[in-house]
Amino acid sequence: MTAELGLILLLIAAALAALQFGLGAISLRNPQAGGHASIKPVAVLQGIAVALSFLCLIWVFLETDLSVKLVAANSHPDKPLLYKFAGAWGNHEGSMLLWVTVLGIAGGAVALFEKRLKVTSLTATLAAQAAISIGFYAFLLFASNPFERLNPAPETGQGLNPLLQDPGLAFHPPTLYFGYVGMSVAFSFAVGALITREVGPTFARAMRPWVLIAWIFLTLGIVAGSYWAYYELGWGGWWFWDPVENASLMPWLATTALLHSVTVLATRDGLRAWTVMLAVVAFSMSMVGTFLVRSGILTSVHAFAVDPKRGAFILALLALYIGGALTLFGLRIGTVREGNRFDPLSREGALVANNLLLSAILGIVMVGTLYPLIAESLTGEKLSVGPPYFNATTGPLALILVAVMAAGPVLRWRRDEWSAMARRLALPILFGAAALLAVVLSAPGIGILPLLGLVLAIGVGAASLAPLWKRNLRRTPLFTWGMVISHLGVAISMAGMASESAFTKETLTAVTVGETRSVGPWSVTLKEVHPVAGPNWTAMEGAMEARRGSTLIASATQARMFASPPTETNEAAISTVWDGQLYLVLGKHQPDGRWQVRMWWKPFVTLIWLGGILIALGGLLAMIGRLRRELKPKGEAA
Amino acid sequence: MKAKNQRLTLILVAVAAMIGAALLAMSALKDEAAYFYSPADLAAARPSADQALRLGGMVADKSIKREADGVTITFMVTDGKAQTPVRFKGIAPDLFKENSGVVAEGKLGADGVFVADNILAKHDERYMPPQMDGKMHKTGKVE
Repeated sequence: MTAELGLILLLIAAALAALQFGLGAISLRNPQAGGHASIKPVAVLQGIAVALSFLCLIWVFLETDLSVKLVAANSHPDKPLLYKFAGAWGNHEGSMLLWVTVLGIAGGAVALFEKRLKVTSLTATLAAQAAISIGFYAFLLFASNPFERLNPAPETGQGLNPLLQDPGLAFHPPTLYFGYVGMSVAFSFAVGALITREVGPTFARAMRPWVLIAWIFLTLGIVAGSYWAYYELGWGGWWFWDPVENASLMPWLATTALLHSVTVLATRDGLRAWTVMLAVVAFSMSMVGTFLVRSGILTSVHAFAVDPKRGAFILALLALYIGGALTLFGLRIGTVREGNRFDPLSREGALVANNLLLSAILGIVMVGTLYPLIAESLTGEKLSVGPPYFNATTGPLALILVAVMAAGPVLRWRRDEWSAMARRLALPILFGAAALLAVVLSAPGIGILPLLGLVLAIGVGAASLAPLWKRNLRRTPLFTWGMVISHLGVAISMAGMASESAFTKETLTAVTVGETRSVGPWSVTLKEVHPVAGPNWTAMEGAMEARRGSTLIASATQARMFASPPTETNEAAISTVWDGQLYLVLGKHQPDGRWQVRMWWKPFVTLIWLGGILIALGGLLAMIGRLRRELKPKGEAA
Repeated sequence: MKAKNQRLTLILVAVAAMIGAALLAMSALKDEAAYFYSPADLAAARPSADQALRLGGMVADKSIKREADGVTITFMVTDGKAQTPVRFKGIAPDLFKENSGVVAEGKLGADGVFVADNILAKHDERYMPPQMDGKMHKTGKVE
């Protein structure tokens, strides 16, 4: 009965969303009707109903109710409990239910916690949020019902794609979805503000924490996804410019831009139209990403099923919401006054540069991601766009962006002097120059992008601390700390990327048991190969021993075979030492008795994800800092 | 800024930046986009040797051969009409086997052997590359 209960809850949630939208529309037309008071509880109830529906889905997966079509197609009674649980969203229908669940919860959270926004704006925001929900409820109910029954029930399930059978599945998709779909709040805020013509600092301050929290989740989701791909795929790479990765990067770029422009709007009442535009674009990118991933037009571990009807459905929703929001923007933006002015050399100027560069990168990533699809539908020509394109185009822009990032925080609002900026940045520039000299002397053959990356990382790392100079660290506001830590995270992550791309050593070879090969400074021996068995797989495990000077590391890499569905995966042996990671993969057993082994030595590769976590941590500090400061005067701080 | 209309200036700067980005993207696309070929297409088109491309089809039956270094393999990709020999150094993906779908990324050598830097394999229709889907049967495409 759990499946039926889930479906009923989903229907109730859809009805509540329709009610929420209706109440919003009525009370915006007729403010006396009293709809403002009742829309909030409806939004909360809708969030609760859809969350309960999602719990029902988790429940049928936990008990492996094979009479539910989705469970039969994606689960198996022998699967470990964690993957039964996480398997609920490791498929098309379940992940879409998670999507609308986050949408509903986000709307409910806005209704519960948003106290700063004017009541009419809040009503319009909740109505906009409901409008998005309605479309995706319809998508679930008409094209992707997760609770569909099978009659008769099969004897056993087909199992979960083994690449997904990893603890990462429990963490990465929900985190990413909270970020992805959390951006719907910014979208609804923007639509609400356009409808009620309330684009100003109050709107910006109210929206900022919501943007921050979505951005934190998005950042963590991307970092987690990157590390997951790194260790699970066994290819030694941390970013593949896969369209699905791009689908998560695009909203992140737009949200990062929004995060910076909303600060200009909140602090200086500038960039009004632009900020509203970015809020619309950011969530549009989330929906484009959903379309790319869920329509099945991409080849990917994320593209669970190919069903043209679904793709067309999502495309129609996409056109409706993005088109609707842009039309509203076009109609109303003329009535939004121009904001306060500023000099080109000022904090605002640097933030505008940040926004333009992020938007340019976003545009380039989008062109590269969509071009193959568009080219095929127009000319029938099949092509793909890969890392060479993305690295050549986004690399230089990212370096300029990071250089601007060093200068921005030390500039004053409204206007500043070049000489003053140079004075404040003297020390970081010195650090960068020293780094340049050190790198050129120690690694003469280094490529230009990694060289600039390393030099900028050092300089920018020093510059990111500059806003703390000569300040009483205890009295420095928490959001300033947040900015410093996020920017430092960018520098650290970039150092990791540059080091990985410049200094990685790779050895690809075939060895017999007992043989030793070297990779970079390490001598690696294949000690033995033996079979091992897991809960739903068997594997050949290679015991490896790596030696560098007096350091000795033992590790194990597995080639796993899953029975259901019949698939093999590689579990890389990744050993972390202070200055990098040793990445070993056991390949195929050759007919002559040798084993293929692929080995990488990746100096400081861990900095990539460490920096990413710092970026998110900075966001968290900024959010707490902002909330504390803004809630205090009203006496609402708990 | 002394300009009469700062908003106009900002819009112009933004438009200029976007046009710049678009030009950069277009020029890079021209150089870097890898076109998708089936063995029959490849035989007909003969692209130049430095052109990055993708070759898709099925791994021909009993065509996988191993070289002495233990990490290089050669095999034939077929689409039923033509065959292309492929050489690949690396660990073949788990799902790579004879009589199943494959997409090889790399360049066509002067000797007619396709040198792959990367191999993508899909083990059943559920994970069949959409490019191949279009080649083999005309369904599964979003209009």
